[in-house]
Amino acid sequence: MERYRILPHTADGKFQAFGRTLEEAFGNAALALASLMWDWQAVEPTVRHDVRVIGVDREQLLVKFLGEIIYLLETRQFLLARVERLRIRREPGGFALEAVLAGETLSSRHELFGDVKAVTYNELKIEACDGFTVQVVVDM
Amino acid sequence: MDLRKIDDNTWEIPAEGEMKVPARVYASARLLEDIRRDQTLVQARNVACLPGIVRRSFVMPDAHQGYGFPIGGVAAFDLDAGIISPGGVGYDINCGVRLLRTDYAETDVAPKSKELLAAIFEEVPAGVGKGGVTKLSRAVLRDILTRGAEWAVEQGYGRREDLERTEESGRMKDASAEDVSERALERGIPQLGTLGAGNHFLEIQKVQEIHDEAVARAFGLSGPGQVLVMIHCGSRGLGHQVATDFIETMENAFGVADLPDRELVHAPFKSAEGQRYYRAMAAAVNYAFANRQMIAHWVRDVFARVLGSAKGMDQIYDVCHNVAKVEEHDLGGVSKRLVVHRKGATRSFGPGRPEVPTAYRAVGQPVLIPGSMGTASFLLAGTKDAEALSFGSTAHGAGRVMSRHEALRRFRGEKIRDDLARRGIELKSTSWKGVAEEAAEAYKDVDEVVRVSNEVGLGRVVARLVPLGVMKG
Repeated sequence: MERYRILPHTADGKFQAFGRTLEEAFGNAALALASLMWDWQAVEPTVRHDVRVIGVDREQLLVKFLGEIIYLLETRQFLLARVERLRIRREPGGFALEAVLAGETLSSRHELFGDVKAVTYNELKIEACDGFTVQVVVDM
Repeated sequence: MDLRKIDDNTWEIPAEGEMKVPARVYASARLLEDIRRDQTLVQARNVACLPGIVRRSFVMPDAHQGYGFPIGGVAAFDLDAGIISPGGVGYDINCGVRLLRTDYAETDVAPKSKELLAAIFEEVPAGVGKGGVTKLSRAVLRDILTRGAEWAVEQGYGRREDLERTEESGRMKDASAEDVSERALERGIPQLGTLGAGNHFLEIQKVQEIHDEAVARAFGLSGPGQVLVMIHCGSRGLGHQVATDFIETMENAFGVADLPDRELVHAPFKSAEGQRYYRAMAAAVNYAFANRQMIAHWVRDVFARVLGSAKGMDQIYDVCHNVAKVEEHDLGGVSKRLVVHRKGATRSFGPGRPEVPTAYRAVGQPVLIPGSMGTASFLLAGTKDAEALSFGSTAHGAGRVMSRHEALRRFRGEKIRDDLARRGIELKSTSWKGVAEEAAEAYKDVDEVVRVSNEVGLGRVVARLVPLGVMKG
C-alpha cells in the first residue's frame, strides 16, 4: 500500500497519507512530513523518543502529533526513521495519541533539505473511506 | 466570483453574503492571472467576513494563497468590536528585511567578492536545523523577547543608530515573555542569530538604477554601483511555535465550527486570549529584530576584515512583513486606533507619520522589497496615499507562483549556481535542493509587482538593486 503522496501547492508543502487504520495513516503522515526535510529511509532507528499529545478533535491531534517531529528536530536534532506503537484513544474532551518515534541524531551523514516551519489546518482533511486518508498542508 | 474592475490596477469583490466589507485587489491584469489561479481571492473574501473588520480586506500585488489569510493580505480591525488572528500574521512572525548601505563601489568589492561571501557564509549560521553560536539561558532569552534589538546593541551587536532606523525602533513595547510558552522558548534558544532556510537569504547587492535622486540621497544612496547588503529572515522556530500555540488556544476557547477555514481562528482583540497572543507575538517580533541585528553586526565584521573597514555601513532600514500592530488611521474623517494585520505585506508610511524615523520623516519610510534569488530587489518610499489605499501597506516581495515540488522537478541547484556565476553572481548555500526550490522562475516578476505598487501609489520606487553575491540558508 502506498504510504503517502506529495501534492503540488504554490508556497508550501502538501501531502496525503494513507492507512488501513487511523493510526497507520497518522504514522505515514509523520513519514510524509519527514520526507519534506530529510530522507527518512536512510535514517537508522537508534534513538527513541516517547510522545504523547492530546487534541479536542482528530484534526488537532494530528496537527499536534506532527508538530512533535518539528519540535524534536529543532530542540533535539532528531531525525525520524519510523513510528512505533502508535495508539489513539478517545478521552473525555477529545483524543489522546501515544507513540514512540525512532530515528537518529542529526549528523553529517544526513542532509536536511527542507525547512518546515509549522503544521497548518489549511485544507486539513481526515477521511474514512476504504481505510483512512489524511491530508495536510505545512508551512515552508 | 464577482470581481469588478475599478481601473487597470484595482479590482474589487463587492460585499456580499457574510462579507462585512468589500475585498480590494491591487494588481495588473498580468499579476491577477496568477492571483486567480489559486485560493487567494477566496481567502481575501473570508477575511472580509471577520468581526470588526473596517474599510476593506486588501490584497497586495504579490499576493498568493496562504492559510487563512492570503500572503499579501492586509486587514484592519476595530479595537473594541474587532479581532486579532495568528493566521493574519503568519507563522514566521516578523519575517522581515534589513538593508545596510556601504561606502564601497562594485569595483572595490568585485576582486574580493568570492572571499567576502565565503567569509559571511562562515560567520552567519544558516540552514535547516542549524543552531546559533550563542548558548542562551532562559533569563537572557526573556530579556531579548522584552527588549529586542536594544538587547543586541547593548551586547555589542551593531550600533545605537541602527535602532532609530528599525521599525518600532527594534522593540515592540507591548511584548511579554511571560506569554511565550516553554516550548517556544526551547525552540528559540538554539536559533538566535541564525538565518534559517527556505526563502531566507543574505545578499550583497549593488544599486543598479536610481529612480528618485532626492529620496535616494535621503536614504543614503550615492548612485549606481554602490554596494549594499540585504538580510531577509525572521523569528525562526520561536515565532512558529507562538503561532501554533495560539491557534490551539483560540480553537479551544472559541471553537472552529463557524469558520470557513480553520486557520482563520481568531479572538476578540480585547479578550484575554487576544491580548496574550498580541503580547507573545510582540515578543517574537522582538526576537526577530535581535536576530537581524546580530546578523548585521557579523556582516559588518566580515566587511571590516576582508575589505579593511566597515565605515559608512549604516543601516538604511529594517521592516517587518508579518505582523499585527495597533496604529492610528483616518476612518471617514475620524482618527481611530486599529489593529492592522500585515501578512506578507510591508508597512509603507508616507511623510509626516510619527512612526517614521526623524531622518526620513520628510520623504516617507524606506520600504524594502526583496526579489527572488538572483533577481532584482527594490527600495521604495512610503506614501501618504497608501494610508487611504491600504492602511499604509504595499507588497513584500515577488510571491511564489510555482510549488516547491514542481520547482524541484524542473530545476537543479548546481545548474542555478552555474547560471548565476556566468552572470557574475556568486551563490553559497547549505542545500542545493533548497536552491532549486527557490529558483527565480518559481516566483512572480518582482519588477511587475513594484511597477504596480508605484503606479497605484502604495509605494514609490526609489532604486532598483541587483545581487553580486547570494547566501541562502
